[in-house]
Amino acid sequence: MSDQERILKFQIFRYNPQKKGDKPRMVTYEVKEAVGMTIFIALNDIREQQDPSLQFDFVCRAGICGSCAMVVNGSPTLACRTMTSTFKDGLIKLLPLPGFELIGDLSVNTGKFMRAMSERVESWIHDRNADKVNFEKLEERMDPDVADEIYELERCVECGCCVSACATKRMRPDFLSAVGFMRLARFSLDPRDKRSDEDFYEIMGDDDGVFGCMTLLGCEDYCPKDLPHQTQIAYLRRKMVLVK
Amino acid sequence: MKVIYTDSLVIGGGLAGLRVAIASMQRGYDTIVLSLVPAKRSHSAAAQGGMQASLGATVKGDGDDEEVHFGDTVRGSDWGCDQDVARMFVNTAPKAIRQLTAWGVPWSRVSAGDREVVMNGKKVTITEKKEAHGLISSRDFGGTKKWRTCFTSDGTGHTMLYSMDNKAIQMGIPVHERKEAIALIHEGGVCYGAIVRDLITGELMAYVAKATTIATGGYGRLYAITTNSVISEGIGNAIALETGIATLGNMEAVQFHPTAIVPVGILTTEGCRGDGGLLLDKDGYRFMPDYEPDKKELASRDVVSRRILEHMRKGKGVASRYGDHIWLDITLLGRKHIEKNLREVKEICEYFLGIDPAKEYIPVRPTQHYSMGGIRTKATGESQTLKGLFAAGEASCWDLHGFNRLGGNSVAETVVAGMIVGEFVADYCAQNPLNVSGTTIEYFMKQEEQKITDLLTRDSGENPFELKVQMQKIMMDDVGIFRNAKDLEKAVEELKVLNQRAKNIALRNRISSSNPELVEAIRVPKMIKVAQCIAYGAMLRTESRGAHSREDYPARNDKDWLKRTLTTWKDDSTGLPEVTYEDLDIMKMELPPASRGYGVDNTVHHPDTARREAQIEEIKKANPGADRFKLQELLNPIPIPEKFKGKNERIGRGFK
Ligand SMILES: Cc1cc2nc3c(=O)[nH]c(=O)nc-3n(C[C@H](O)[C@H](O)[C@H](O)COP(=O)(O)OP(=O)(O)OC[C@H]3O[C@@H](n4cnc5c(N)ncnc54)[C@H](O)[C@@H]3O)c2cc1C
Ligand code: SF4
Ligand code: SF4
Ligand code: FES
Repeated sequence: MSDQERILKFQIFRYNPQKKGDKPRMVTYEVKEAVGMTIFIALNDIREQQDPSLQFDFVCRAGICGSCAMVVNGSPTLACRTMTSTFKDGLIKLLPLPGFELIGDLSVNTGKFMRAMSERVESWIHDRNADKVNFEKLEERMDPDVADEIYELERCVECGCCVSACATKRMRPDFLSAVGFMRLARFSLDPRDKRSDEDFYEIMGDDDGVFGCMTLLGCEDYCPKDLPHQTQIAYLRRKMVLVK
Repeated sequence: MKVIYTDSLVIGGGLAGLRVAIASMQRGYDTIVLSLVPAKRSHSAAAQGGMQASLGATVKGDGDDEEVHFGDTVRGSDWGCDQDVARMFVNTAPKAIRQLTAWGVPWSRVSAGDREVVMNGKKVTITEKKEAHGLISSRDFGGTKKWRTCFTSDGTGHTMLYSMDNKAIQMGIPVHERKEAIALIHEGGVCYGAIVRDLITGELMAYVAKATTIATGGYGRLYAITTNSVISEGIGNAIALETGIATLGNMEAVQFHPTAIVPVGILTTEGCRGDGGLLLDKDGYRFMPDYEPDKKELASRDVVSRRILEHMRKGKGVASRYGDHIWLDITLLGRKHIEKNLREVKEICEYFLGIDPAKEYIPVRPTQHYSMGGIRTKATGESQTLKGLFAAGEASCWDLHGFNRLGGNSVAETVVAGMIVGEFVADYCAQNPLNVSGTTIEYFMKQEEQKITDLLTRDSGENPFELKVQMQKIMMDDVGIFRNAKDLEKAVEELKVLNQRAKNIALRNRISSSNPELVEAIRVPKMIKVAQCIAYGAMLRTESRGAHSREDYPARNDKDWLKRTLTTWKDDSTGLPEVTYEDLDIMKMELPPASRGYGVDNTVHHPDTARREAQIEEIKKANPGADRFKLQELLNPIPIPEKFKGKNERIGRGFK
């Protein structure tokens, strides 16, 4: 961390669709950089000191909850864990995540999208006995390595970076996207989920599903949790090809 | 006026809220969840370390059961908790975790055979039993006799919340996101839902319900530096307080976590120390064994936080531009362990500190972390004073934690309380008709509309952001880890002034729809009131208990203070809340007060303690054949819902 004080220039997309007559535009704000400053700190500074109407979403501010994805100098990423010191020229351009409904300025409705995704892939354990388990008894055993592997795929924070970085999604509005594939991969790996490959085929065996993916891997490049999109998409595809 | 009717309204989409919603939905009641953010982004997702449940599958958990968990919890609370609740909790926690397993949480599992762990700074090999292979594993946490904290790598909260929300989605429970409850609707001492503001359109709506549950989490953001998320602002507590009827319990009981990174206050989990990490001072010296030779780094949280501060006050802290800190050393755990079991910690170190924790020490210091206080409820989760209002999770003072909560007991509380309180919510829905008048709904709606109109039309006045910063600073400086009369009196006075000033907030951005400044303007006066409850309660409590540590009254004083603080705010025009107390009855305690076993015991004992001890001895003598279940029933018969009464199975001992 350098001790030198810089003036950062933030160029921020501004537009409030709730406000009659408002038009999309870029507005520049100057902020004095502090040591250890993140975009989270800087945006709050702008809101408190300069423009109280500026909209953005942070919750955990620790890179854990997935609320704060936005396009930072061209790359979709989690803003809360992006340090301003990583931008050598002190210019930071912020745009809302494309591919989602805009709420205002940098705030987009990823929640609505993700709930729909969960409903579409039926993001839960399918087991008729799940609600009948006798929880007084020892839990069902699971291979420790399998448990770890499931967790690896469950680390997705539904931030939406993969969706916004996906070329296919831009052309096909109903494309399931990498976040959905990752969720399906997670459940198909889970021995507790009793769905068959045919069941999964119903969900993703078409061009809005895994066959529409062009494997350009924007998802893998921008996933802030470094999830293994490439391997999982390839795995799902092989599995689905075998079904029919 | 938009009015939405339901049976069970749940305010909060974290672990506690979702679990209550699932329970009332399962029983067939129409249920709606409200949340400021998408449910999966609730603060529960940030819990890293784990959930306590006495499964005892790992070899280091051998011999663990409800009794041991109960003892740890009560001792941890410094005897401030409600022992009926602690009892229901420890008996239900194994069921809760097993249910979550069926719902999808990929808990880390026991792997049979040898594995290397770090204990007391040294590598040792432990051998896991063959018959435990594949069962849920657990790790060591502070203040526990056994390794009881079950975990998913270090994403425990994330995986629990995802499974819980997925279950809610499966059941079709609607979660109304980006909605904020800003007032409760009540009539004749009964709560009937809430006035809710849509954070996108700004529209005000009345959600009218038979039963209303507040599960809005903690109030860490009343402090300048906290591990809590930015939405943990105590609004749920505030709207309960503003009814003038519901009470808040033990608001002065605020926990500081020993190891949050400096300066931003992001948490590094207790799992770091549980897995063998050490605390070092500026000389690289491991100081905890000097203070707590027995439990060392794994003493209870409040104790470790105080010891760190004590040590820093002796000039042993590491100086930095952000003030002193100490080091957390996890390098000795090795890269492989860190990258697997402490990966979130590693990411946090990389992104926010630019360091590699497998090679470098982490700068940490005690930071506000958990709110033991909250909406005071009966063991059923219902407010003692406002019918039809329930609370669960961190927002409540169900009173599992007393004056200090054990690590891992909070996410456990959210799901256990969710199960138990959820049943009582459903019972309430079954027994009570929706009997609220249109005039009442309209009255509360008008009142909130008027407040917002005032805010949007006032020409000049206070800046809400500035008021908040001032409040946070007062709380940090004067109502922190070590407290004294002088600081607390000052805090109480200064907050009173802020309360007055907050009645005169004016906005620069005067639109009623999506508007962060308006959100702030609605919240800040509420937050200040909650802060006042904490500061005032702390000032009045002239003893030290758990996390409430008075320099001028260092002893725990059971004789005068074995009681719970209850706060109400009946008249908005007065500058201070009203404080009363609720006695804890030693003669009903399963575990009468004793020393917690840290430092010198200077407890001022209550005369009942000795009487109860003698009585327990007699009961034991009179029932020589009684097993632990029978004894518990004799000492503490509790009203646990039928569904959760059964005994829990463990390997090697069955249901014994
Ligand atoms: C960094 C960190 C790590 C932790 N690690 C652990 C751990 O390892 N083990 C452990 O046991 N505990 C841990 N805890 C504590 C534990 O995570 C929390 O106490 C617990 O998750 C709280 O859950 P909850 O359901 O009560 O509230 P939350 O998860 O905070 O949810 C609150 C909900 O209420 C909603 N809400 C709030 N106000 C309103 C309003 N006015 N209107 C509508 N909705 C509202 C929010 O949107 C949110 O959905 C940790 C805490 C922190 C800060
Ligand atoms: S590989 Fe490319 S097309 Fe396929 S999901 Fe990822 S970004 Fe989209
Ligand atoms: S897969 Fe990665 S990029 Fe996509 S939503 Fe999940 S965490 Fe974000
Ligand atoms: S605010 Fe939670 S990930 Fe950025």
